[in-house]
Amino acid sequence: MTDTIRHHLPDDILAAYSTGSLSEAFSLVVATHVSLCDECRATLESIDAVGGAVLEGCEAEPVAAESFEATMHRITGQAAATMDRPIQAAGLFPSALRSYVGGDVDAVRWRSVGMGVRQAILRTEPGASVRLLCIPPGAAMPNHTHRGREMTIVLQGAFRDEGGRFCRGDVEVADDHVRHAPVADAGEPCICLAATEAPLRFRDLLPRLAQPFFRI
Amino acid sequence: MTTDTHEADWAEAMLRVREARDTAAFEAIFRHYAPRVKAFLMKSGAEPGLAEECMQDVMATVWTKAGLYDPSRASLATWIFTIARNRRIDAIRRARRPEPDELYWGPEGEPDQADVLALQEESARLGRAMEQLPEAQRDLIERAYFGDRSHSEIAAETGLPLGTIKSRIRLALDRLRHEMKMKR
Repeated sequence: MTDTIRHHLPDDILAAYSTGSLSEAFSLVVATHVSLCDECRATLESIDAVGGAVLEGCEAEPVAAESFEATMHRITGQAAATMDRPIQAAGLFPSALRSYVGGDVDAVRWRSVGMGVRQAILRTEPGASVRLLCIPPGAAMPNHTHRGREMTIVLQGAFRDEGGRFCRGDVEVADDHVRHAPVADAGEPCICLAATEAPLRFRDLLPRLAQPFFRI
Repeated sequence: MTTDTHEADWAEAMLRVREARDTAAFEAIFRHYAPRVKAFLMKSGAEPGLAEECMQDVMATVWTKAGLYDPSRASLATWIFTIARNRRIDAIRRARRPEPDELYWGPEGEPDQADVLALQEESARLGRAMEQLPEAQRDLIERAYFGDRSHSEIAAETGLPLGTIKSRIRLALDRLRHEMKMKR
């Protein structure tokens, strides 16, 4: 699966994710892509290694006198269950996305936005918008422009636009000047996760701005 | 202990924690990394009390999640950094941190010893390259990792030799994926 990915995350986004400065909205797209793409996972983990070197180089800060004992106490207080290794998620959504949806694709509470297109808004920290989109085979995604960067990752099916063809795991990063008109491939519906980071005021304007395009 | 074997020795100590729940090995790890994790959190803006609290949490996680540590993909310092960073986002930024699916060698799986050594050596080399950077540049990188958001772009162009470490991790991931497929 991971070898079929053609459209990857740019290094600066992976670096922002590694340092912890990327917004929650974009971080969700990164976590979803990296779950499906070993190439970007390797890049991310190599950037994490710089963080490891930074930690190693930190000048030791004295810890509390009983710090070790207190930590051991915390450990014994924790349920043994935390020792279990995680179960690899099988299904359409990687585990990060599942935790926002409350399950896999069958748990999504879709709302129709017209022209057969359905969407579900996911709740993240203010100042960003994250949504799942489901576009019928062969249909065009509502034409839209956006302020700030937009990141879109395909989870099922495929779409095409000026940037090429995007299949499961592929991610498209578009800047605000890009006006794109993605069209879903024939076959199965195209499900994707889209995140936009925008100034806070955008959030208030969103319902009004979105109206002509999404008919909310 | 020479600088070259340093990383490999910590990885070795961590494996004893993982396999044998070795408290002595964990205490050695704690004595070395706990003060660094605390410093990292304080440089990221946490008050000493909060930093101590979060640090104990981070070190407890190192013990409880020991099964997820993969020495063919990360030095112990790198793995602890990722735990500390996530704790910082949670505690200081009060935001959720979406994480990729974990990949791990099943109960009987083990990475190849040569892969582990190569990765640990590569990590040591990266550490030395960091030390040799001009101070101003090192400072920018550190600030990015301490969570200074205005410096987040800097980390993308560090001038550090990340290509070799990346190809090592890529190789380890390929082997891990293969192993996971065999078990299915």
